[in-house]
Amino acid sequence: MFDIVSFIPRAIAQSIPLLLGSTGEIITEKSGNLNLGTAGVMYVGGMCGVIGAFSYETSGKPMNGLLSVLIPVVCCLLGSLIMGLIYCFLTVTLRANQNVTGLALTTFGVGFGNFFGGSLIKLSGAEVPSIILTNTSNFFRTKLPFADSLGWFGQIFCSYSFLAYAAIIIAIIAGRTLRKTRVGLHLRAVGESPATADAAGINVIRYKYTATCLGSMIAGLGGLYYVMDYANGIWSNDAFGDRGWLAIALVIFTLWNPTTSIFASILFGGLYILYIFIPTGTNLANKELYKMIPYVVTIIVLIITSLRNKRENQPPEGLGLPYFREDR
Amino acid sequence: MNKKTPLIHITKRTDIPVSRSILIRLAAVIIALLVCGLITTIVTGLNPLEVYASMIKGSFGTKRKVWTLLQNISMLLCIGLALVPAFRMRFWNLGGDGQALMGCLAASACMILLNGKVSNAALIAIESVAAIAAGAVWALIPALFKAKWNTNETLFTLMMNYVATQIVAYFIIVWESPKGSGSIGIINQRTEAGWFPAIGTNKYLLNILIVTALTLIIFVYMKYSKHGYEIAVVGESERTARYIGIKVEKVIIRTMILSGALCGLAGLLLCAGTNHTLTTTIVDGRGFTAVMVAWLAKFDPFVMIITSFLLVFLGRGANEIATSFSLNKAFGDILTGIILFFIIGCEFFINYKINFRKSEGKEAR
Repeated sequence: MFDIVSFIPRAIAQSIPLLLGSTGEIITEKSGNLNLGTAGVMYVGGMCGVIGAFSYETSGKPMNGLLSVLIPVVCCLLGSLIMGLIYCFLTVTLRANQNVTGLALTTFGVGFGNFFGGSLIKLSGAEVPSIILTNTSNFFRTKLPFADSLGWFGQIFCSYSFLAYAAIIIAIIAGRTLRKTRVGLHLRAVGESPATADAAGINVIRYKYTATCLGSMIAGLGGLYYVMDYANGIWSNDAFGDRGWLAIALVIFTLWNPTTSIFASILFGGLYILYIFIPTGTNLANKELYKMIPYVVTIIVLIITSLRNKRENQPPEGLGLPYFREDR
Repeated sequence: MNKKTPLIHITKRTDIPVSRSILIRLAAVIIALLVCGLITTIVTGLNPLEVYASMIKGSFGTKRKVWTLLQNISMLLCIGLALVPAFRMRFWNLGGDGQALMGCLAASACMILLNGKVSNAALIAIESVAAIAAGAVWALIPALFKAKWNTNETLFTLMMNYVATQIVAYFIIVWESPKGSGSIGIINQRTEAGWFPAIGTNKYLLNILIVTALTLIIFVYMKYSKHGYEIAVVGESERTARYIGIKVEKVIIRTMILSGALCGLAGLLLCAGTNHTLTTTIVDGRGFTAVMVAWLAKFDPFVMIITSFLLVFLGRGANEIATSFSLNKAFGDILTGIILFFIIGCEFFINYKINFRKSEGKEAR
């Protein structure tokens, strides 16, 4: 029997890293930067949070609830900010190819995550067998107090931790800012046609830097959510998998709209765990085939988006191109 | 009054002597290596000289290691060469991994299913054709959609990687031996049916020779053939290509079939030539590293020999550091990432010139 009440909360929990990743990537792409390094940024964000939490937990002091949430969040934001800065410096200031820079960023970021994931204990000399941050994770997973008393309604709508709600709020704010405010208008102008924006007196370089770094930080939070909340504070190498790439694919699916991304992410979150809920009995091989679903759906979505070739559905005109003022 | 001339003024450089550009790149690599040494020392507390020494030992330490190094270079180079025609056309084929994996799958399928039914020579011929065809088909799918509806090929090819991984995971469970082990072990270990023959005592030599030949072929194909010319024009400007009567769709599809077929060949070399098994990670992310190999070399097949050497050397060196100081293997990825940042960044100094503001006295005159 398909258990919808336990399926939906798991799909939503699964969707939060995708949502944060795609929101971050949308903001980045609106400035004309196609950051293929999002996968790496999310690894670094998650790992920096782990490093922060790990050093706090092993410091031996009694744990303060607020601090044990704040330290990983700040570490995560800092780590992903640095990744965003590296990307911006290479692509905006040095005008390097964005695809190649993004891939290098992914190599670096995934390596960073896996390296510290495997070596943090040895490097810090702590006497624990593996990185299990259950205490920190419990603070992250603090739920609304009345969630359990509301039955299925509570389970579907109220059973999440603060980062999940934060992710949805961030997406809504980002969506509004992009469409309704002056800053959003300027940002879109920079992405569509940097030369025009420049002529109108918008500081193109500042917008590109700010948007990309902000986008990286939001994406980094997705990595943090995954480790601290979804994985119960247990870091295992490569467990984060390809969510970063799916987040980039979601950007096209949502037609560069963070608000749509909320629902699209939940859909993809559901597809991602569907194989657990489809009864296959003892046939393990078929389970492997079901794991293919999210990717196949992504491909179908890509094809459909390219078929509906409408003007308002197009990526930002200047996406992927470096801007050089004197290049006429 | 133009009192505010900016301090730094950047202009595009149209031509730069080759020696100068090589010098800049060399400097970038050296600085990158220094930074890597520094970071290794900070993270692990090791003497940087020891780190470099163990990196060199990791690649050239023994005769066996040198052969493995050459084999790894040729595999990476093979996928890199496969990507060259696609990239020249500005088609971002990030699906090298999946295409090679499908090649592996097809080759091992032939080795498992046809074992003992046909002669060894026939088996090798069949598996070669199958692997190359499988890679080509895997690249053809995104190419068709790109040509017809301009579907985003970067993400399409990327997703095809994951689909390929899951298909391989499926067949590994179907063919697993012994049952329940979750892997298929060495295929035809006793009979060695379908294995590429060793030349003399060197089982890697055939692979290396094939890739060397491929380097020459791709060089000639891109530089002197009509196809190569068409690819270059489509890459520069699709409109120009249409204007001079090149069928862009045809070029896209033909080039991607070639690109995928060569990735399939890489898969064949991996499966029949060296590993004689099938795992989901057999290609080991080479499809992505190969992007770097091709791009850093500016798609020149001969320079790619150097860039793939550099990346393989770094990877193996970092692995050696990781094992000898019991650290995680992913350390190599960090170092590779840092070096890539430097090499990517140094392109700026080749393409652009930085002019500093001249001193006030000269300005007044």
